[in-house]
Amino acid sequence: MKWGVKIMPRDALLDSQGRAVENLLKENHFQLEQCRVGRYVEISTTQASEDKAREEIQKMTQFVLYNPLIEIFSIERLDK
Amino acid sequence: MRIGVVRFPGTNCDADVFQMVENSSHEPVWLWHQDRFDVKSVDSVIIPGGFSYGDYLRCGALASRSAVMKSVSEFAEQGRPVLGICNGFQILCESGLLPGVLLRNESVKFIDDWVELSVENGNEYFAKKIPVKKRFCLPIAHGEGRYFAPPEELKKIQDKGQVWLSYVKNPNGSLKDIAGLMNEKKNVFGLMPHPERAMQSWMGGTDGGLFL
Repeated sequence: MKWGVKIMPRDALLDSQGRAVENLLKENHFQLEQCRVGRYVEISTTQASEDKAREEIQKMTQFVLYNPLIEIFSIERLDK
Repeated sequence: MRIGVVRFPGTNCDADVFQMVENSSHEPVWLWHQDRFDVKSVDSVIIPGGFSYGDYLRCGALASRSAVMKSVSEFAEQGRPVLGICNGFQILCESGLLPGVLLRNESVKFIDDWVELSVENGNEYFAKKIPVKKRFCLPIAHGEGRYFAPPEELKKIQDKGQVWLSYVKNPNGSLKDIAGLMNEKKNVFGLMPHPERAMQSWMGGTDGGLFL
């Protein structure tokens, strides 16, 4: 099974990467309100059960992929 | 004193820290990232700066989950002294041994400069030769040194006197001008500036010699 984990900076946080990209896009006359930059991780699992695999992805995310102080995450199944 | 110096793939201030320990008349020993160590074998631990694991994922994130950090945590839980410099500070925050996190500089630029610092709260282990409120100078070299903690955590840090060093002129957008921090028990320390790069006058300053 293939999974995607999307990790984004919390809204309240000053996202300096997003702000830099946003400024560059605006300087080049693109129409946008705001830009935020996060991270996307793809993971393939070997478990037979979808529930068990999802649980394992959740554990991996909480173990190292995201930092709850500054980020939020969402998990999606990619090969369904 | 035997001081353990931790090495990760991508650590690049390890040799400088090793020499700083020797110059301060202590005995340095290497601690390898894949190995646990006997917590009784050293008197303190320093985690040098650099780009551990290439700064992949988040700075310090991968290093903080490595084998050697399990021993560092055990060592710290016994109330024994740990110092993290630059990336070492980031690793200590990611491992939960220090509160908060270091974010990308407000300017989004890597900053390589000398900064003036002030000791906010003293301790019995590091830089104790520098009196509280005394100003001194050290170099900084980082892209992610903007200290951040949620408001309630930040208030706790201030109330409990955990701010160790502050910038006189904030270079990176750090909350409350924080340049260095300690844990509540005051045995785990992190700072973004590099004392090991200010050990001789030809380096540009000697205030780093006051740290060990």
